[in-house]
Amino acid sequence: MFTPATEAILIPLIPFLLFGIIGLAGRRLPEIFSAFLGIGGILASLLFSLHLSVSYFSEPVQGAFVLKEFFSFPWLNFSENLKISIGLVADPISMLMVVVICSVSLMVQWFSLTYMKGEERFQMYYAFLSLFTGSMLGLVLSSNIFQMYIFWELVGVSSFLLIGFYFQKPSAVAASKKAFIVTRFADLGFLIGILLLSYETQTMEFKGILDYFKSGNFNPEVSGIWMSHSLAAWALVLIFVGAAGKSAMFPLHIWLPDAMEGPTPVSALIHAATMVVAGVFLVGRLFPVYSLFEGVMQLVTWIGVLSSILAAIIAISQTDIKRVLAYSTLSQIGYMMFALGVAGKAGAEAGFTASFFHLFTHAFFKSLLFLAAGAIIHAVHSNEVENMGGLRKQMPIVHWLFLIGCLAISGVPPFSGFFSKEEILLNAWKSQPLVYGFALIGSGLTAFYMFRLFFLVFYNKSHSDVHGHESMGLNFPMLLLAIPAVFAGFVPFSSYVTSTGLPEETHLHLMFSIAPVGIGLLGIGLAYLFYFKQNSLPEQWASKLSGLYKLSRGKFYFDELWRAVYQIGLIRALATPAAWIDKNLVDGGLRMGAEKTLRLGDRVKLIQNGKLQDYVLYFLMGILALILLTLLMIQS
Amino acid sequence: MNTILGLIPVEAFLFCWILLILGLKISGKNSGGLYVNLLLLGVLVAIGLVAFPAPNAQFGDLIHVNALNRFIRGLLYLGTFFIVIQSSSWLKKHDHAAEFSILLLVVLSGLGLMVSTGNLLIFYLGLEMASIPLAAMASFNLTSKMSGESGLKLILSSAFSSGFLLFGISLIFGLTGTISIAEIPVNLANSTLALIAMVMIFSGFAFKLSAVPFHFWTADVYQGAPMGITAFLAIVSKSSIAFVFLTVLFPILSAIQQVWPTVLIALILLTIFTGNIFALRQSSLKRFLAFSSIAQVGFILMGMLVPSEKAAVSVLYFLVVYMFSSICIFGVAQWLEEQTGKDSLSNFKGLYKENPFAAWSVALGLFSLAGIPPTAGFFGKFFLIGSGFQGVSVWYVVLVGLNMVISLYYYLKIVKYMFMNEVIEELEKPQMALPLKISLGIGMLAICFLGLSNWIVNHLSNLF
Repeated sequence: MFTPATEAILIPLIPFLLFGIIGLAGRRLPEIFSAFLGIGGILASLLFSLHLSVSYFSEPVQGAFVLKEFFSFPWLNFSENLKISIGLVADPISMLMVVVICSVSLMVQWFSLTYMKGEERFQMYYAFLSLFTGSMLGLVLSSNIFQMYIFWELVGVSSFLLIGFYFQKPSAVAASKKAFIVTRFADLGFLIGILLLSYETQTMEFKGILDYFKSGNFNPEVSGIWMSHSLAAWALVLIFVGAAGKSAMFPLHIWLPDAMEGPTPVSALIHAATMVVAGVFLVGRLFPVYSLFEGVMQLVTWIGVLSSILAAIIAISQTDIKRVLAYSTLSQIGYMMFALGVAGKAGAEAGFTASFFHLFTHAFFKSLLFLAAGAIIHAVHSNEVENMGGLRKQMPIVHWLFLIGCLAISGVPPFSGFFSKEEILLNAWKSQPLVYGFALIGSGLTAFYMFRLFFLVFYNKSHSDVHGHESMGLNFPMLLLAIPAVFAGFVPFSSYVTSTGLPEETHLHLMFSIAPVGIGLLGIGLAYLFYFKQNSLPEQWASKLSGLYKLSRGKFYFDELWRAVYQIGLIRALATPAAWIDKNLVDGGLRMGAEKTLRLGDRVKLIQNGKLQDYVLYFLMGILALILLTLLMIQS
Repeated sequence: MNTILGLIPVEAFLFCWILLILGLKISGKNSGGLYVNLLLLGVLVAIGLVAFPAPNAQFGDLIHVNALNRFIRGLLYLGTFFIVIQSSSWLKKHDHAAEFSILLLVVLSGLGLMVSTGNLLIFYLGLEMASIPLAAMASFNLTSKMSGESGLKLILSSAFSSGFLLFGISLIFGLTGTISIAEIPVNLANSTLALIAMVMIFSGFAFKLSAVPFHFWTADVYQGAPMGITAFLAIVSKSSIAFVFLTVLFPILSAIQQVWPTVLIALILLTIFTGNIFALRQSSLKRFLAFSSIAQVGFILMGMLVPSEKAAVSVLYFLVVYMFSSICIFGVAQWLEEQTGKDSLSNFKGLYKENPFAAWSVALGLFSLAGIPPTAGFFGKFFLIGSGFQGVSVWYVVLVGLNMVISLYYYLKIVKYMFMNEVIEELEKPQMALPLKISLGIGMLAICFLGLSNWIVNHLSNLF
């Protein structure tokens, strides 16, 4: 019925059109109608993307899945090395992403129907969700890095709108602004990285960039070396900064926990399944280039390891249910990131597959967990685990769903997380045993903090005053998400997504699984001891390990660090003196002048008050400085 | 006579139009509305005249008429047209609307001459013809002392900078024996004197553009002048100077070619940082606009680092984008200032609740100035940075880019004021007049689609 190219256009176009329609119609549209428009549109996109990916995976080129360009036409020939085109491509990871994005977005929109009922700007909420989904789909299908950057920023803008959706809450406003500025800061790196990379390769097309490095044209001596690394390596580092910002890697992670101020379904979509993995996707898209640079891959690996461990430690002591989930997301994305990093080593190439496998399974179980948290918050009207406890009686279905999510993330077989995490650990072991060690500790911590949350919410002391209730409108989308959360692990992933594009066999190493599963079960057991029933163990251990506990509670003081940099560096050291100078020196003359005129009525006097002479003086000094500067430059 | 008038039909027309307004005024007609409409009609006809395709021509080396300067004229007139629409409610009530119209038309003729110059003398004449009436207009809020002071400060400090400009031109003439822009580079030898002349001419330009450290007049003048004039200074006057910078200064810059990028990048960084840092904590609306426009000038200068066609295209493109973005902000700012009578950023507080259209217009304008994709402002900045990229080390580019993030901070502050703060003082008339609405609507459409459609960049590339 449709050609693949038409389908590829329609997939992101439908949500964009719906954003326009719902956004422009606004309140004139009945609430329910705008929601059905959004849901219907994303359902159509989902069907198209399923069909597209099935047809893509059924037609390998010479046995391999390659980057296939649907179309690409020149759009702007700005200069010799600044040619920009518009186009869409398919490759295994983008096909994977469109399916994930559409299906999670569909569930989230469905869930929101009940969750957001009665909100004042209900229609705008659906408009923003469509905008976000459309931009995200555009991002993964882009055929060139510049177009991807445009969508990348659009994703940032729409997430800014969604995080700040409850704009009556000052904390939500602050959080949305923080998220926007921090990611913008990181995107600056991305933008400059793009410029450098296109300067090196003379193209912005992904195909062209990959071919350039594949063909062996690349010569670090020619491209220029700075601090013993080539220009291309620096470009990749800068692009990674952009990726780390979006994916909330340490130390640029500070925006993600605060972003939990947004509506919970939004967190399920943006902060679990889609936007935050855009960084992983970006590194994955340029993976053949990244894997040429050993040093850059080490950076990717260790930033990933650091994030996964620190975030897991922080998650242990947080009391806000959404923040625990946010830190666990950070930690899991850290896994995906270092899986890509270790895949640079020969023998561990399957790390690439593992990373995207984990991205795939994580999208389902983490959005399930977020939606379940949303259902709990909807019932309890609080984010604090303090106010929960004993909820299994009031919310039995949510209880089971949450348990599925926890088992999946803790890597208990046969849930989906087990398979993808095994794969990551195996390749870490093959590449760098030290990374494997950290990853193992991390998975123990993961099991512990997830089950701590689970027990604190559903068992422990119960609150008789909480009248929790469930509703089918909330439960049904979650039930649908629970299916892949359980079974997604059985997908023979490596026959579709590999670093070379050639399908490979999947092997399960049963002996290898003993250690990770064992340490996961140990974590669950400890959590059971500590939190299943109310007891004094948590306090005892908190005081025993008070140093570590404080660090964890204080989130390793990253927020304070950034605030100090920002407050002291920008506001105190520069802006405040600037404001003072402007008020008292530059502007002061004007005020004083105005008063004098009032008193003396003498306009000529005004010029004599020294103010204008100051201008002239500065002007002269400026000219002299310029003359000196140019003279000096010419001499040297 | 025939030839020169044929070359400058717009100036000839504007001159007749001035006579018409003068005649009406002398005959005792005193309705502000009449003059505003006449002024709008005059500017509209001027736009029509430059839009009408005409062959390239020149009058000796004094005046050139080509597609390029017809384009910039069109842009300047269009900007003026929008600004007059946005100030029309203020102007209609003014007793001296006729005088204001005449002054504005004189300024436009001056700018027109200046942008079509082939000769330093005509350039200087046009510049002065535009500057002196502008100073009179800056003091047009007759009851406000600040406005009077603003006019005085503008005229005195621009006289001073013109002095330097003229000094520089004289030195050039002394060195080369010509003032024709085409002939200067051929005759200009490298010497210290040439260098000093260059720096003086450059400083004159930098003053008009309000690049740091020649920017001190900007905030005071912007704050005191009526909002319409502030907008005119920030948009039209600045764009015309930037254009002349490209066409006049670039060709004769060869004397200091090899050190130029390094000196300029230092000034650019100084300009952008100063603009941004002083804008961060401003509470006065007009001073805020002044400093944010200083920061924007820094970006415009990025396109002057390496003389190339592409750089020139990126500057022109940015000027177009800058005009539409500023129109969206200034229009609303003026409308708010008229109602609250205050020059304060808190005017914006709660705007979304009172007039969502106005709030979106400002928000889009700010996003565009901050360079957030996919607004046109992003493409403007991207091209500027991309063209400057080839001239200097990447670290300067990083610093310039870093400023895009700093500026985001204060631009978002206003967005927050509009959408998230409570209304302080309810507006008397939360509805806008239709012409104002249309001007904002056009600006918003331009911001959304100018970047995404490629025809304007392609058109600009063909002009060179």
